[in-house]
Amino acid sequence: MTIAPVLILGGRSDIGRAVAHRFARAGHPIQLAVRNPETVAADARDIELRHGVGVSLHAFDALETAGHAAFLDTLDPLPGIAVCAVGLLGDQAESERDMAAATRVMRSNFEAPALLLGELANRFEARGSGTLVGISSVAGERGRATNYVYGSAKSGFTAFLSGLRNRLAGKGVHVVTVLPGFVRTRMTEGMDLPARLTATPEAVAEAIFRAVKKRRDSLHVLPVWALVMAVIRNIPERVFKRMRI
Amino acid sequence: MMLSGWGRYPWAACHVIRPRDEDALRAALADGPAIARGNGRAYGDSAMHPRSTLDMRGFERMLDFDPGSGVLVAEAGVILGDIISTFLPRGWFPLVTPGTKFVTLGGMLAADVHGKNHHRDGSMRACVDWIEVMGPDGCVERLRPGEERFDWTLGGMGLTGLILRAAIRLQRVESGWIRQTLIPAADLDAAMEAFEAHAGARYSVAWIDCLSPAPALGRSLVMLGEHAARDELPQTHGGAPFVVPRRRALRVPMDAPAFLLSGPLIRAFNALHHARGSRAAGTRLVDWDSYFYPLDALLGWNRIYGRRGFVQFQCALPLDASRDGLSAMLRRIATAGQGAFLAVLKRFGPGEGRFSFPMEGYTLALDFPVNRRSLALLDELDRITIDHGGRFYLAKDARMSATTMRAADPRAEGFAAMRREQGLHSAFASAQSERLAL
Repeated sequence: MTIAPVLILGGRSDIGRAVAHRFARAGHPIQLAVRNPETVAADARDIELRHGVGVSLHAFDALETAGHAAFLDTLDPLPGIAVCAVGLLGDQAESERDMAAATRVMRSNFEAPALLLGELANRFEARGSGTLVGISSVAGERGRATNYVYGSAKSGFTAFLSGLRNRLAGKGVHVVTVLPGFVRTRMTEGMDLPARLTATPEAVAEAIFRAVKKRRDSLHVLPVWALVMAVIRNIPERVFKRMRI
Repeated sequence: MMLSGWGRYPWAACHVIRPRDEDALRAALADGPAIARGNGRAYGDSAMHPRSTLDMRGFERMLDFDPGSGVLVAEAGVILGDIISTFLPRGWFPLVTPGTKFVTLGGMLAADVHGKNHHRDGSMRACVDWIEVMGPDGCVERLRPGEERFDWTLGGMGLTGLILRAAIRLQRVESGWIRQTLIPAADLDAAMEAFEAHAGARYSVAWIDCLSPAPALGRSLVMLGEHAARDELPQTHGGAPFVVPRRRALRVPMDAPAFLLSGPLIRAFNALHHARGSRAAGTRLVDWDSYFYPLDALLGWNRIYGRRGFVQFQCALPLDASRDGLSAMLRRIATAGQGAFLAVLKRFGPGEGRFSFPMEGYTLALDFPVNRRSLALLDELDRITIDHGGRFYLAKDARMSATTMRAADPRAEGFAAMRREQGLHSAFASAQSERLAL
């Protein structure tokens, strides 16, 4: 059996790159989809040199949703596994003031990744096989004052993935929802993150790799986050609304 | 954030930036003196500066490899261990490697590191085709062997510019195994004789017991090594010559208590080690990881020296003064009873470069826990080194004074002058370069 190609959507992100390396290490050819392929040419060469697999580059703009189908048509072959690392943290205060900024955060974290994986899901379903991995966020588990624009979009994405998984169960297509907590990446650079709750991009990649191989449905990268979020979810709203967390 | 070198001494609050592209590096350089830092394996304060420490591990890509010539082009933040795990299965191994694989390529170049084959193959510079270095103005220049700036940069400890990329030549090997020959030496003379008698060996290094007094002063285990050819491997390995048993890495979980480093305990450890080694005299196959990087299997081994950290002393002595200088040092160390788990003796080949550490002769390296007595002893060892015409390895140094440095190495003044003339001193500085007035 040949080893299935892995499509990385958002291949320039730290998590996307780490996931590409992890699957390449296991012998999977890699398809890197980014807005400007020349920005990742050196990364592609690095993956080829280190792991001896083929890497192809694909130009795509996640927010140009009208172009998704045409972009997927250019993938030859259709990947066996697709990992969506598209997302944008944005700035909560800016999102509160500026509708355009809020729209960008909502579209980058929900509309674009959901439509993209939805389109891929149809193709995987027609083929009767494939794995879709959506990188969502614990921020989607309960809206908080500090990041609810981002969180609400991730919440929508998490629900979308869950529905997709439900629809495709028994049709050969598997859907994995990843809820990383804090991750030390370019997106969180300069933030003061608690060490015990913060994962590296490599740890996220390893968790995703294992989840795909074991066909897990949903995972936190660091198990402690399941506990943290269980607590946060169960605080009564009367209390929660006055908390600053 | 608080930073130290591998020895965990000294510490300093440093502003650390992690640039991801050349523009970010240029912006950082515009902001005053900075020093590049790789994986933090220099022992002292070479790769830290309170004002601006540039974490180069964001530049970690391999860019090209020529399977015909073995030339690898890679960014400065690539880790040596990754080079080995990538290319050893294809039959290639670094020509020069220090005693840990957790160093970055940039760090190896900046310190012009040496390995167990220095007497035959030279230091890191021997395998470099070119380097690309960003100057104070943000311009990137490709430098080649023979050029003056290349010569200053190899061994220049990051003080001549930011090393961004390099092309290095790997060597062909037939297996991942080393044929190791162990020669017990009863004292220093016997150890030096063994080095001279085996000058043709590819690799040679000695573990030396610094705590045993005369008549066993400087008793050693001299270890020679050759890359094993494929047909030397037993049948079980011959089919997969690059596959070696995976070593289980252990992690030191906490800072060790001080009594572990008491003189008697280390003395006993050293005696036991020597006795076991002597029984294992002869030739056997050892996997590359155990042979070149014995301490890498103990992750965080720097913590065994306790909370206060440790310093490593490493000097090189000219050939004609080696015997006298080494005896004087060993006598002093044995009398003081100041401990060192790891003391290493090695024969160097000819020195090269304008500011690189190795010189033809012998090098001695040993660790000391940081305390008042050992710092005083180190001052004495400095004096013995200077009296015998020796010099010190900046990648290990954490504590010597600018005066000591000048006395030991007349080249320091020229290095500092060159930095002033070329406007490098205001762009590149480390805690070490300020301490040593480089």
